[in-house]
Amino acid sequence: MDRNRSFRDVVSAREVANRLSCSRRDFVRTAAGLTLGSALMGASPFVRAEAARRKRKVIVITFGGGARDQETFAPEGQENIPHLLQELIPQSSFFTQVTNRGILGHYVATASLATGVYETLNNFSAVPPDHPTVFEYFRKDLRRPASDAWVVAPSNGFNRIGESSYGRGMGATVVLPKRLLSVATSGTTTDYEHLLHDNYETPLYTPQLEGSEFELQQLETILQLSVDDFIKHARTLSSPDELSVYIAKRLMRLQAPSLLWITMHDIDIAHSGAYSLYIEGIRRTDRLCAELWNAAQVEPEYAGNTTLMILPDFGRDADEDSGGNGFQHHRTGDAASRTTWMMALGAGTRAGVVYDQPVQSIDIVPSLGAMLGFSPAQSQGKAIRELL
Amino acid sequence: MVPRDLSAEQFAGYPPQARKLAVANLAVLQKLPLSFLPGFLHELIDYDYKFPVERAAIENELTTLNSLSPAQIDAWFGPFAALSLSPKLEQLDWINQPAEFLEQESAHLWTTGQQDAFRAAATAYGSRLRAAAPVTPIPIRRLGIAVIGRGVESYDAPLFRNLRKHGTWFTQVKSENGLELLLRGVEARALAHPLPYGHWYVDGGQLADHNQLLTCVSYSALEPVRSALLAFMQRQIQRPGMGPEELRSNLARLSPGDLGLDKTEDDVLGRFQLKLLTEGSGTQIFSTTFAQWTAREALRRAQPLTLVVRFAPRQRQRPMNELLSNGGANPELDFVGSLIDADMGAYYQWINQERLPGAEQSSFLAWFEGHNQAVAIGPTLPRGTESNSPFDLGKLLSLALS
Repeated sequence: MDRNRSFRDVVSAREVANRLSCSRRDFVRTAAGLTLGSALMGASPFVRAEAARRKRKVIVITFGGGARDQETFAPEGQENIPHLLQELIPQSSFFTQVTNRGILGHYVATASLATGVYETLNNFSAVPPDHPTVFEYFRKDLRRPASDAWVVAPSNGFNRIGESSYGRGMGATVVLPKRLLSVATSGTTTDYEHLLHDNYETPLYTPQLEGSEFELQQLETILQLSVDDFIKHARTLSSPDELSVYIAKRLMRLQAPSLLWITMHDIDIAHSGAYSLYIEGIRRTDRLCAELWNAAQVEPEYAGNTTLMILPDFGRDADEDSGGNGFQHHRTGDAASRTTWMMALGAGTRAGVVYDQPVQSIDIVPSLGAMLGFSPAQSQGKAIRELL
Repeated sequence: MVPRDLSAEQFAGYPPQARKLAVANLAVLQKLPLSFLPGFLHELIDYDYKFPVERAAIENELTTLNSLSPAQIDAWFGPFAALSLSPKLEQLDWINQPAEFLEQESAHLWTTGQQDAFRAAATAYGSRLRAAAPVTPIPIRRLGIAVIGRGVESYDAPLFRNLRKHGTWFTQVKSENGLELLLRGVEARALAHPLPYGHWYVDGGQLADHNQLLTCVSYSALEPVRSALLAFMQRQIQRPGMGPEELRSNLARLSPGDLGLDKTEDDVLGRFQLKLLTEGSGTQIFSTTFAQWTAREALRRAQPLTLVVRFAPRQRQRPMNELLSNGGANPELDFVGSLIDADMGAYYQWINQERLPGAEQSSFLAWFEGHNQAVAIGPTLPRGTESNSPFDLGKLLSLALS
C-alpha cells in the first residue's frame, strides 16, 4: 500500500474486469470453437440419482499461484498453455469472469475457496480457516470416511486447510509433499532446505507445523511407498508441483478419494521477479493439469465419473498499475489481480461452452455441495447454476 | 493518538530537515486523517536522505495542502476519513515508525474489506495533487536505455515483442563498440546537463568504464552488502516467534551502517541501495531482478534524465532433482533465462519512464548486447515498423533523440 504509487487515472475496476472477461471469451470461442453458454441453459446434465452421486469424484486444482491473461489466454500468452487450450478447454464449461473479492494471499485465498467465505485469517500463520471447509461439509453430511477427502498442498502454511473447528476429525487429510521430502532427506544442504521450505510470498519464513497433516510413516501404509522409493522418485522430478502431482496420482490409485483438492504453487516463483521462471511455472502447471486429467481417464475408480475444476486462486498485478511491479506480485487489488477464470470438465458438465456471467471464487463450495449432495450452510457464495 | 493531537515535540526523533519541515507545517498535518497521514510521514521522515526531485515533491505537496480551504480539505480527505481504523492502530507510534503503521494498516484494510476504498481514495488524491502541482519543464528529453542479453551467443525466439509496437525495430544493428557508444552518448548528456542524480548507470554485473558524473549502482559492487543482509535474515528467522511481518519491520529498521553501506560518501545513494535490497523481492538473489527493480525505483524516486540499465546473467534456478543430487555446488548462470527476464525488464523500464513528466517527448532504446537487434522509441520514430538499415548504436541513439 503505497500512497504515491496508486496515483493514476484508471478506468473502473468493473470495466477492466469486463474487458478481461470479453478477451478470454473471444479467444476461447475462436480458438476452441466453443458455444456461448447463455444459449444452452436448460436441463441439467448432472445425473442426480443418489447411486451416481456416491460414485462421483471431484478433483479441484488451483492453478497457482496466479497467472495473468497476457501470459495465458491473450494471444501472446497462448503458447504457454497448449494443454489447456488444445486438450482441456474443448471438453470444458469455461467461465470467463471469476472474481475474488477477498484478501489476495495464497493461503487465505485458497482457504476462502475451500470454505465459500472470504476468510480474513493471517495469510502467513498456520491457523485453520474460521469457517467450515468443503471437506467437513462433505464428510459430515455424507458420512464419508477420512480416506475420501484429501488435500495435496505446496507449502507448510497450508497444513491447517483441511478442517476448521466445525468438524474436528471430519476434515481432509493434508499432504505436504515438500514437507515430506524435507523430513525424508533431513540433514542435506542449505540450498535444498531453501527450496523445500520456500513459500514464494515470504521466502525466508516457515510457520510451525501443527495439525492433521500426513506423516512420513504414512507413506508406506497409505501410499505403499518406502521412504527410499519416495526420495528416488523425487530425484526424477524438476519441481515441487511435479512432486504434488505424483502424490496425487498415487492417492487416486490407492485411496481413490471422492474429493481431491490439489493446490499448485510453482507459478508463484514470480515473486522472485524472474519472468522466465514465472513462464516456466505456467507451462509446467499447464502440463500437470493435463497429466492429472489423463490420469483420471485411466484410473478405473475415476474414469467416466470425475468432474475436474481448474481455477487460479487469483491473478497478478497488471503492468499498467503503478502501485505494483507487474507480474511479480498480487498486492494492488486491481482488476487484473482479482479477476480470473475457471474451467469445469468431465462428469456432469457441458463440453465446449463459454459462460460470461460473473461468478465469485466463494461460489465453488456451494456448487460442489449441489453436485455432491451436501449442504454448505455457512458458505456465503451461491451455487453456479450453469454447473447444476 | 490521533493527528489533531500532534505537537512539535513529537517530531524530536526526526532528522533535522524533516523535523523542521514537520514543525513548520504542523497545523495542516493536524487536519489530516489517520488513515492518510502516516503515509505522508513515511515520506517526510526520510526527507534528509531523499533525492532532489522527491524533496521538491514533498515541499509541493505541503504547499498544496496549506492552500486548501476547510471545504477542500473535507472533499480531498473525506474518503480517507470514512475508512474505519481500529483503536489498536491509533495506539501505534505512527509518528516515529510510520512504516510499521502502514504495514498494519494495510493488513487491517485487507481484512476489513476496505482496501478497494483506500485504493480509490488514494487514486483520487493523486489525481488532485498532480493537477495542482506546478509543471516544471525538464531541460532535455528524457532517455532510457536497456542493454539486455549479455553473454547470450544466439537466441532465435522473438525479442522486444512488448516494445516493438511503440517504436521501430532495427534488425541490422552494427554491434561493434555498442556499449561504449551508448555510454559515450550518456556522458555527453551528463556533461551538458550536470544535474545531481540526473544521469544514472545501473549494471546487473560489474560496471563498465564510465564517466564519474554518472550515478552508478551495480549488483557486483553490492555483493558484500547482499551477503550481510542474507546472513541477517537467516539469523532473524531462526529467532523463536519470528513472523514475516516482524521480519519486514526489522528489515525496515536497518540502517546503512548495519550492512556496511555507511562507508560510501553519498548517504542518499547509500540509503537508496539499502532499500533496494531490504524492500525489493528477489533483488538479493537474482541480478536481473535487481537491475529491473533498481530501474523502477530510480525512475520513481530520482526521475533521472538519463537511465542506462545493463542486465547481466543471473544465477540459474536449479531444479529439484539437481538439488537433491548435488546440493552444494556453485550455481551456474542462466543466460537465456536472464535474456527473457531482461526483455521484460526493459519493457517495465519503458513503462516506468512513461509515467514521468515529459513522457510524450521521451526516448527509449533497447539493445540485445553484442547482436544486431534493437528497438528505438522516440517522438519522430515510426511505431510498429521494422528497419534493416545498418546503423551503429551511436546513430540509433541520435535517431531516438531526434
